[in-house]
Amino acid sequence: MTTYFKRAALAAFVVTTSAVTAGAQEAEPTLDQAVNDAFASATGWFVNFIFSPFPGTSFPWIVAWLVIAATIFTIYFGLIQFRAFPHSIALVKGDYSDPNDAGEVSHFQALATALSGTVGLGNIAGVAVAVGIGGPGATFWMILAGLMGMASKFTECTLGVKYRNEFPDGHVSGGPMYYLDKGFAERGLPGGKVLAVLFAIFCILGSLGGGNMFQSNQAHQQIAGIVGEYPGWITGVIFAGVVFAVIIGGLKSIAQVTEKVVPFMGILYVLAALVIILMNADKIGWAFGQIFAGAFTGLGVAGGLVGALIQGFKRAAFSNEAGVGSAAIAHSAVKTKEPITEGFVSLLEPFIDTVVICTMTALVIIISGQLVSDPETGLYILTEGGSIQTLDGSSGVSLTSAAFSSAFSWFPYVLAVAVILFAFSTMISWSYYGLKAWTFLFGEGKTTEIVFKVIFCIFVVIGAAANLGPVIDFSDAAIFAMAVVNIAGLYFLMPIVKRELDSYMSRLKSGEIRKFK
Amino acid sequence: MTGKFVVGFDGSETAQRALDFATERAIAQGGTIVVAYVLEWSPYSFLTPQEVAERSQRRKDELARAETAIIEPAQRAAEAKGVRVETVLRYGHIAEIICEIAEAPDVAQIFIGRNGRSSLGSRVFGSVAGHLVQASPVPCTIVP
Repeated sequence: MTTYFKRAALAAFVVTTSAVTAGAQEAEPTLDQAVNDAFASATGWFVNFIFSPFPGTSFPWIVAWLVIAATIFTIYFGLIQFRAFPHSIALVKGDYSDPNDAGEVSHFQALATALSGTVGLGNIAGVAVAVGIGGPGATFWMILAGLMGMASKFTECTLGVKYRNEFPDGHVSGGPMYYLDKGFAERGLPGGKVLAVLFAIFCILGSLGGGNMFQSNQAHQQIAGIVGEYPGWITGVIFAGVVFAVIIGGLKSIAQVTEKVVPFMGILYVLAALVIILMNADKIGWAFGQIFAGAFTGLGVAGGLVGALIQGFKRAAFSNEAGVGSAAIAHSAVKTKEPITEGFVSLLEPFIDTVVICTMTALVIIISGQLVSDPETGLYILTEGGSIQTLDGSSGVSLTSAAFSSAFSWFPYVLAVAVILFAFSTMISWSYYGLKAWTFLFGEGKTTEIVFKVIFCIFVVIGAAANLGPVIDFSDAAIFAMAVVNIAGLYFLMPIVKRELDSYMSRLKSGEIRKFK
Repeated sequence: MTGKFVVGFDGSETAQRALDFATERAIAQGGTIVVAYVLEWSPYSFLTPQEVAERSQRRKDELARAETAIIEPAQRAAEAKGVRVETVLRYGHIAEIICEIAEAPDVAQIFIGRNGRSSLGSRVFGSVAGHLVQASPVPCTIVP
């Protein structure tokens, strides 16, 4: 069975990659257009399947899948994201860290590393896409999805640590492919291995899509917005060169510098958003009014309430990756005697990523008046494509850029640096996630690793050269496909997490688990 | 003044001078030397996913290397001069950990080498010696 999947996976990659590159070589008007057309035709069937609606409705089944899962985990673990929030903060501060474990990866470091993979263009461009199509109301559903997603993240990251693999040379690999395999075996359930292989395949696709192409695509759009239009493949080749230098050339210093600069860039971004919001303090009440009214009426957006809800949930899931399983790969390397503590720490991720950063972006776009509405009806005016008309016709990262530059004319330059850094750090994180999935399927080894890394670099160029539409569709589809498999497994494994939780909580209450600070 | 003399040691030339100086005092006063090697580490630094995955193994390697290449030779050399030597190997902020070790009731003094550099980093963030002078719970000798 595993061999069959390995062959199928490899065949899929070869077909996809060759279809794209072959298309790129045809004599089309431009190289970008050729890449885009080839990409859209090669991936269309996959995107259509993932986003197919329930029969007779326009509601994608995948959105319901994520929301229902987050709701079930929230109820099953008794609102753990709210109950354990203070304890999560204490863990990140190091209050419960044994001084004898100094030098190991701390809870803070695991959280920061996982966040560097999720905080990125989903928070800047993704939010603009959500608000641009679903209106301000999408923000409400995005926040709700973020809050609920905390429980999903808690579940998967606990399992990630519990079932990780420690290899003889000391390095650690973990994530859904390991807990699906081992967890199912432990519970005597069949199908764990199949789910693990499926997850690994989708994880590789997700790493090439959302973790790679979407990033280079939006980075190009932001740079082109500043220096003027030029072919996307140029940005792609430069990005691919730097990524190649880091992941193949072993130039770790670039990644280390990025890893240290990105958190400060994130703080700068949030501070700038806060300043803009405070500069328009008189509009804050109105903006929240728009968010609530839009959430329950749609305020004229395509699809009304459901349209706003779908956009909000979609973009939140894409941004914070709760239920997707990627964060479990990053968290699984933490050395702790209590896997559940990593679950507690990880539930802060959707809160920081979605509830804080995404909401900031949305508020700036709304408050700065980028979305055009009819003064008489109060409803938003739609373009022919179905998205909301914006002041200068921008969308995606350009819309966020326009919103910020309405307060600070120089901000697009700062945003361009932030976008490039976020894109790069997300790419490095996802190249690692993809590699872990790849080695799970094809085994550990220098040659197999190089093959994946080269494919990864090729997709950097494709992402920058393709249009936003097909890229964003494929990115979403791949990431959500990971969630399909991961969440299916989580339903069967959540009793294990429940046992861990109950045991830990009773020992915390009795004082057996104590603070060191 | 007898008791334990804590020596901040990292294998460098200046640290060796501090250890020699402290050893002479310990022999004269009947004290014990505590060779303290602190590996600089902050739990709040940022790591790449690759570094996170490899950290546990790297920590083992770092500790083994510190033990065999730095701590043990220093211990043997000092003991050969006829002084009792204890060793401490810890991770953390160097000055803070040395102060923590010096909190023990039988510690009489801290000895540390001065590297003599007046780099911008030292001026902005302070040096280990500077920190110790400010925060040490016992008398602190800076050996030039």
